[in-house]
Amino acid sequence: MPVRSRVKTFTMDGQDVSGHESETILEIARQNDIDIPTLCQLDGLSIIGACRLCLVEVVGWNKLVPACATYVEEGMEVVTNSERLQNYRRMIIEMLFAEGNHVCSVCVSNGNCSLQYLATKLGMDYVRYPYLNPDRTVDMSHERFVMDHNRCILCTRCVRVCDEIEGAHTWDVEGRGYKSHLITDLDIPWGDSRTCTSCGKCMNVCPTGAIVEKGKPAGEMIKRREFLGYLTKMRGVNNNE
Amino acid sequence: MTIYDTLQGMAETEHDRQAQFENEMWVCLASGCASQNADQLADRLADLVKEQELEEKVNVKCVGCMGLCATGPHVTVKPAGQHYSEVRPEDAEALVEAAKTGEPYEPLYEPEYSQFFDRQTRIVLENAGSVDPESLEDYLVHDGYKALNIALTEMSPDEIIQEITNSGLRGRGGGGYPTGLKWSTVAKAESDTKYVICNADEGDPGAFMDRSVLESDPYRILEGMTIAAFAVGASKGHIYVRAEYPLAIDRLNKAIRRAKRENLLGNEILGTPFNFSIEIRLGAGAFVCGEETALIASIEGKRGQPRPRPPYPADYGLWGEPTLINNVETLANIAPIIRNGSDWYASFGTESSKGTKVFALTGQVNNTGLIEVPMGITLREIVYDIGGGAPDGRAVKAVQTGGPSGGCIPEHMLDLPVDFESLREVGSMMGSGGMIVMDDTASMLEVARFFMEFSMTESCGKCIPCRVGTKQMYDLLGRIESGVGTYRDLQLLRELCDVTQHTSLCGLGQSAPNPVLSTLHFFEDEYLSLLTDVEAAAD
Amino acid sequence: MSEKVSVATVWLDGCSGCHMSIFDMDERLIELAEHVEFVYTPLVDRKDYPEHVDIALVEGAVSSEDDLNKIRKIREHTTTLIALGDCAVAGNIPTMRNPFGTDAILETGYIETATAGQQVPDSIIPRLLPVVRPIHEIVPVDIFMQGCPPSADVIYFVITELLAGRKPKLNDKTRPGA
Repeated sequence: MPVRSRVKTFTMDGQDVSGHESETILEIARQNDIDIPTLCQLDGLSIIGACRLCLVEVVGWNKLVPACATYVEEGMEVVTNSERLQNYRRMIIEMLFAEGNHVCSVCVSNGNCSLQYLATKLGMDYVRYPYLNPDRTVDMSHERFVMDHNRCILCTRCVRVCDEIEGAHTWDVEGRGYKSHLITDLDIPWGDSRTCTSCGKCMNVCPTGAIVEKGKPAGEMIKRREFLGYLTKMRGVNNNE
Repeated sequence: MTIYDTLQGMAETEHDRQAQFENEMWVCLASGCASQNADQLADRLADLVKEQELEEKVNVKCVGCMGLCATGPHVTVKPAGQHYSEVRPEDAEALVEAAKTGEPYEPLYEPEYSQFFDRQTRIVLENAGSVDPESLEDYLVHDGYKALNIALTEMSPDEIIQEITNSGLRGRGGGGYPTGLKWSTVAKAESDTKYVICNADEGDPGAFMDRSVLESDPYRILEGMTIAAFAVGASKGHIYVRAEYPLAIDRLNKAIRRAKRENLLGNEILGTPFNFSIEIRLGAGAFVCGEETALIASIEGKRGQPRPRPPYPADYGLWGEPTLINNVETLANIAPIIRNGSDWYASFGTESSKGTKVFALTGQVNNTGLIEVPMGITLREIVYDIGGGAPDGRAVKAVQTGGPSGGCIPEHMLDLPVDFESLREVGSMMGSGGMIVMDDTASMLEVARFFMEFSMTESCGKCIPCRVGTKQMYDLLGRIESGVGTYRDLQLLRELCDVTQHTSLCGLGQSAPNPVLSTLHFFEDEYLSLLTDVEAAAD
Repeated sequence: MSEKVSVATVWLDGCSGCHMSIFDMDERLIELAEHVEFVYTPLVDRKDYPEHVDIALVEGAVSSEDDLNKIRKIREHTTTLIALGDCAVAGNIPTMRNPFGTDAILETGYIETATAGQQVPDSIIPRLLPVVRPIHEIVPVDIFMQGCPPSADVIYFVITELLAGRKPKLNDKTRPGA
């Protein structure tokens, strides 16, 4: 019997790289200092492949694949940053800005926001798609936190951290398409939720100013995500399996 | 005596019972006709037969869909073969009279409908409109469960898969993936637990192929699933059917109960060591749950959203176990293939697309309804020979296939053969079988916007390009249609088509731009003529 | 020395913060004055937009009928139109009324919360548009300068680049909100 190789060698942007068969393109990229933008992905949370920012090209494959959810294969030629990918990524960020009511200047997360950071990094100088100006609410009912739906990009990091790490499953998504929105429990005000433990994990993993602490002035909300690393390590959890 | 021998005995008894009648009156009781009081009509006919003491001469039989759904309720009188449409309960007496005398009842008689039926080839629908869907005995008379008996007693799982592969059958849900290959992938997956799922979450606007099959011939699906389960090594099956199909659900439930009682489901099927049970799961009406990973999530009780593939369900499906998911129509082809052999099946259709396809022919066409045609037939034959062309002598402008994932094919291309590749090459797709005919009054922009609205409201909202892209495209189409759109809007529209097509997570988003792309390709002038700055467009 | 480049600065629906940033160029304004002439600004006593302007820096979103007329006129008479700051580029704060609708905002501002003369003004003050829009949704824009406000350095950079005949690259110099 031939021996099966579990380590795959392949190229990424022309560079020779290798990875274990259980590793994704994104993990290998990060090991090799190749920067692939991500938004819904967060180490320690399950992979959902929803934001589509980490899409990469693999030569000979007819579809773009999400780097976060694609395992490495022998001999694959990965292209992480073609002009086409750059364009698509910028368009996706523009779509997010057009979809919600992201007014950076008066946001508590101004300057500490993943969406804003990616907009700059991916070269968004303006949003070409018409702004949708949706009528969204702000839930101030929780004693410590605020949920501002205007700034939510539906990455569902909060849903996953609450379910997978905290075990409370207070958050979930309701509605379809562009009417999708987050809810707490069975769509009751956050402050009335019986499952919420007020742990604040959702607030800390939220990439934008959607879930924030009360009482923060504009630009002074800084999220702390270190807990995810050690919690997952201590528990030996791998949410991808 | 084996269980199958007993079933054969039941079939003979039923056959003899039916043979004693001089006349049979088949009343369609599928959803279309039932909604027009066909049930009252059937009751009235039965009452009259009783009153006139004709019970031994005339058999009133409730059957499934005959296909001409727009002009129901339908009644066929056998053996004369007289076909009546738009029959109301008060017409019952005249029909009984006609059956007695053999003279057709002229006011409702539709002799020209033979044109509608003559060009069809019925494999999936072979029992639809002639067999009582609620009678196992009637199904048995029509070779029911013959295929399962062959499969379980004469064939190995590998042989069954080889037979399906040889038949050239491809998935009828839209994608056209080779069914044999799918089966062999699931068969190869290593696990003690495997599942078979019948995807009956039919959701394309205007499409009702699967509903008709389920309502007209539920045992055929159970038989197909059971053969599939034996072939891939599954012991548990689910039929995921939308809750909007109450009659289909009711008939499936009855069929499952009966099949269990007769050892056609459950433990030791037909006396063999093979066990397989089927459970029905109801969908709550989300179109995206027709996507296989979303469907699985929904069965598991989660929000119906797709996930990235791979892993494919064949490897990692329901509850993480290898899962075979086939569409209703695909499964409806299994029994005839096993019964008649793969060579027989492969004799229908084209080189790459074998067999037949069921279409729901609708729109501006004289004969609307459900048809089954051999692959390779041209769109022109369907629209003109079967459909009878557009009403009021109008010209046909285009034909839309593939529902919200498909495209519009202009009149001058109607000689295109209907097969998976040809339709894809012109920017449309086979889809699950919706076919909408549009006459020269149709606005292609309106068509594109209609389908975009559908995709927009049915997007699950998980990935950004589909969630936002469909909304933006819908708004832009609206702007252009209302005459305030600019050339820049058109450019944005094209750009959004591109990004949504290539970056969306699942097939819904990836194919959502197709109605726009195909109308833009074939009818660009209609878009340009509506722009406010036509000069810019001309540059 | 050749003729000076004409520059206009315009203030639509904004807070004037971007204009403050222009002033924050401080002594560099004097340096710039050797090459450019400020032919039209809210602080220059000129009522009509000039027939031809080389560079226009437009602050603010398009919020009223007056803004709409102005921006169309500016586009017609300007070579290089710069959207200056987040309101001009993205709508920013003025667009926060959009989800509620203009009528509801007027109702709240002039009637519900007014202590005297409860009446929505119908003259003198330009009528508000139903939806506030960034400039590029009305007329084509040549350069987008994000920021609330963009810094004096960025404004100086953009003007000097244009004077040097280059199209300024702003990717790493601006971001929305700052």
